[in-house]
Amino acid sequence: MNRRPGFLVYGLLTAFVLGSAAPLYWSFLLGSHTKEVAAQGVPPLLPGGHFWSNAERAIETIPFWKALANSMIVSTVTACSVVFFCTLAGYAFAKLRFRGRGPLLVFVIATMAVPTQLGVVPLFILMAEFGWAGSIWSVIVPWLVTAFGVFFMRQYLLDAVPDELIEAARMDGCSQIRVFWHVALPAARPAAAILWLFTFMQVWTDFFWPLIALPHGNPTIQVALNQLQSGFFKDYSLVLAGTTLATIPLLVLFIVAGRQLVAGIMQGAVKG
Amino acid sequence: MPQDLKPSGGDTRTVSPPLPPPATAGPPRSAWRQRLNRLDVRLSPYLYISPFFVLFLLVGMFPLAYTAWVSVHDWSLIGGKGDFVGLENFREVLDNPYFGKQLVNTVSIFLLSSGPQVVIAVTLAALLDTHLRARTWWRMSILLPFVVSPVAVAIIFGSLYGDRYGLINELIGHLGISPIQWHTDRFASHVAIASMVNWRWTGYNALIFLAAMQAVPRDLYESASIDGAGRVRQFFSITLPMIRPTMVFVIITSTIGGLQIFAEPRLFDQTATHSGGSDRQFGTITMLVYDFGWQLRDLGRASATAWLLFLVICAFAIVNYLLIRRLGALGEES
Repeated sequence: MNRRPGFLVYGLLTAFVLGSAAPLYWSFLLGSHTKEVAAQGVPPLLPGGHFWSNAERAIETIPFWKALANSMIVSTVTACSVVFFCTLAGYAFAKLRFRGRGPLLVFVIATMAVPTQLGVVPLFILMAEFGWAGSIWSVIVPWLVTAFGVFFMRQYLLDAVPDELIEAARMDGCSQIRVFWHVALPAARPAAAILWLFTFMQVWTDFFWPLIALPHGNPTIQVALNQLQSGFFKDYSLVLAGTTLATIPLLVLFIVAGRQLVAGIMQGAVKG
Repeated sequence: MPQDLKPSGGDTRTVSPPLPPPATAGPPRSAWRQRLNRLDVRLSPYLYISPFFVLFLLVGMFPLAYTAWVSVHDWSLIGGKGDFVGLENFREVLDNPYFGKQLVNTVSIFLLSSGPQVVIAVTLAALLDTHLRARTWWRMSILLPFVVSPVAVAIIFGSLYGDRYGLINELIGHLGISPIQWHTDRFASHVAIASMVNWRWTGYNALIFLAAMQAVPRDLYESASIDGAGRVRQFFSITLPMIRPTMVFVIITSTIGGLQIFAEPRLFDQTATHSGGSDRQFGTITMLVYDFGWQLRDLGRASATAWLLFLVICAFAIVNYLLIRRLGALGEES
């Protein structure tokens, strides 16, 4: 399929991209009209100028800023934790020799496919035992490490760090941890950025567990949107203004780091 | 094994723990440093993998296993553990008419979302696997829906699929089709929910397929076109067989994820109960786990349901695997 694409290829791609963007525009459009206009189904094609007043109403009805702060904290902490611990473990699996390495790696790969979401009941009991019920710790802790993260970093580090480099550093008398710190970590940087991004997004968009774990007054942004929708679903201008507003942080991330997201998926970043 | 090399003992800067830095004093080749070095080599790997294993076992594997323990007890959300009841919870769940109904819903939504999604994603990838101008821009653009959370997607699409005033019903009205009851008609609601999943994931999967297509050796195409194969023929005889392993991967991951669907159907329901429509037309199994556990406050039945879903996912994975092996035997192994 190695030919100059013609009008048809560009046309089909354009149609697909428009379809990808349309629902987001729709969300902003309805969010920018008054309640009465939005209720009529087909609003004018241009925004109505009431977006901020609608958004303000949305912010008043749910603990919006608290939810946003919670989501920021949870996603940032888990992304950093996953990157650190999974790079450490991935490096050991890629470059160090130890007894049991094979079986342990098989275990990691096998658990990538395990639907851990189905463990919510004991997780709920466990979090109550730890005294974290209702606090954002209960959402952070289950995400501190991921099997996928270990596998992803291992695959990357296999080729990214030449064995000769490790040998040379060892010959110079570096301890293992120094080799990791000065040789492996710098080499792991591109993959670490990708893993950080994907973990951040996964945790940010997660809904099932936060809905169970967090009370009404202390939600993540997804749980807060759920409150907004269930309380005011007849008022589309309000709900969609809030939804649009809540989508902006990830849109910013997309604009800043879209290239890395594309690169990450094409390097085999899978669904969690 | 890296051999035990003679340490040169030059560097004295300390580094971050957990391991002792190279000893400072002491003549080289001291037996003590040799021993320390050996210990470093032997223990470090376990030290590096232990945080992952400890944490994962605690919050990943242990809860999944413990679910089985909870499922054979009377276990209330408020009162905690009660009597051992054997398989009673499982019997109650299986006898519950909603279990069967919601299992069918889950599978139906899954099939409606995976089938079209793979076809469209592969087509899209083939379109992207050409000499496009502004390649990166196109790749980024199709990924846009992926950064919208399932909750937001469900709210936005929920308004598009409004039964009375939704945009979609307006549009098909212009084509002379009478309004579809997206929130009450069972099949229509499955189509609506599947469209949300497809909207969010198709571009993502297209990029995975694109990566696989770019790994296909270009000279295969060249020799095929010398043999007179057209582009369509090339696509079916070269591209598709070459990306089959990737398709397997995408299908299996979307099975594991798709059968656990929760956010989209829950937010699509605009009634007060949020259980998936007035008569659970689009309730899913994960929603049932939530209903048993956190509406009826019965963790025993919630656990039993979670276990049953786990078995369903395993069964699907095995069926997938067998189907692929059969297909693999028919096609040529890559």
